[in-house]
Amino acid sequence: MSNLNLIKTVKDIPPEEYLAPGHRLCAGCGAPIVVRLALKAVPGPKIVVSATGCLEVATTIFPYTSWKVPWVHSAFENAAATASGIEAAFRALEKKKGAKKPKIIVFGGDGGTFDIGLQALSGALERGHDLLYICYDNEAYMNTGIQRSSATPKGAATTTSPAGRVIPGKLERKKDLIGIAVAHGVEYAATANPAYPVDLYNKLLKAAAVKGPTVIHYYTPCPTGWRSDPSRGIEIARLAVQTRIWPVYEYDHGTWRINIMVKKPKPVEEYFKLQGRFRHLLQPENKWLLEEIKKDVEENWNRLLKLAGLKT
Amino acid sequence: MKYKTWKDLPIGAVIPEPGSSVEYKTGTWRTFKPVIDQDKCIRCLLCWVSCPEPSIRRHEENRVSVDYDFCKGCGICANICPVKAIEMVSEL
Repeated sequence: MSNLNLIKTVKDIPPEEYLAPGHRLCAGCGAPIVVRLALKAVPGPKIVVSATGCLEVATTIFPYTSWKVPWVHSAFENAAATASGIEAAFRALEKKKGAKKPKIIVFGGDGGTFDIGLQALSGALERGHDLLYICYDNEAYMNTGIQRSSATPKGAATTTSPAGRVIPGKLERKKDLIGIAVAHGVEYAATANPAYPVDLYNKLLKAAAVKGPTVIHYYTPCPTGWRSDPSRGIEIARLAVQTRIWPVYEYDHGTWRINIMVKKPKPVEEYFKLQGRFRHLLQPENKWLLEEIKKDVEENWNRLLKLAGLKT
Repeated sequence: MKYKTWKDLPIGAVIPEPGSSVEYKTGTWRTFKPVIDQDKCIRCLLCWVSCPEPSIRRHEENRVSVDYDFCKGCGICANICPVKAIEMVSEL
């Protein structure tokens, strides 16, 4: 991968925009940041496939569209299957007519990736279609009213896992999407975070250069669903990394790397206190859950250290 | 304005014009507006890369300005600015 022009600073990111303003995503939404960067990073012609979700409903309200690239949406569960079909059709055209194949980019939310679209994604990864799958993970079904998904972290309050006397928010762990992708034998899979735009952009470059399926799991601050201040989205995203709750790592052709090394983690409470969905965790009666989450975070970090060969 | 009926729509209700959402001005959502102090700005472009709209415009020599037609006033730019060159001013 030495022929890739990886960037060093934000200034190296090209100025052209392929996502027009005027979309109806909430103020402070983290999803358009990855869309803007992905459309800049993927070279040449591209086709975007969107799963149902905030991004799809807010960017293409008839008669307007914010996309300056070809864009298609069909249903919630089949974004990866639609993309597979497009890729296969272009492969046939390439063979018969010599037409240059565009890169297919798929955007799915956590509901459209972790839950509803998982089997379509699994099929696309297994068949080895040449596509870049980006999951913008805002950790619940925000578009339909903050219902829990399998990407919702432990302890988060949503409308279907409300924190109260019966349960202190969601009790189950978050699914490991990168683990699932790597188990399919993909060549490149990575997590990314808007607080580290250079790392995010370089990962998009690396993923776009792979001929085959790649998965990027992107952390999306959601002020509406997380009950947080819209202006502090990027700050929360950075805290998620610095508390080791959301490690930034990649799997690159057999090698695991932790891209943002966190030597001295900040206390998880700092991350929780900025978000209304975690407010109850700081109450004394939920201390047991907080301790459990701390243990999970440490376990996950140690697992990644072992994968990266930094610990035996 | 005369509304279109279903007979006037393109087949499949596709939207043939790319980036047409610029006709919809989301700037009306705003209650606080970001004001950039160009003397303090160090041209790091963090606000530009983090703007969700994008309503921060990038000019020559990495100067930035705000497009108030679309800025929803989320305040991410003011919060991320390392030299506090962006101030959120109330519009009420």
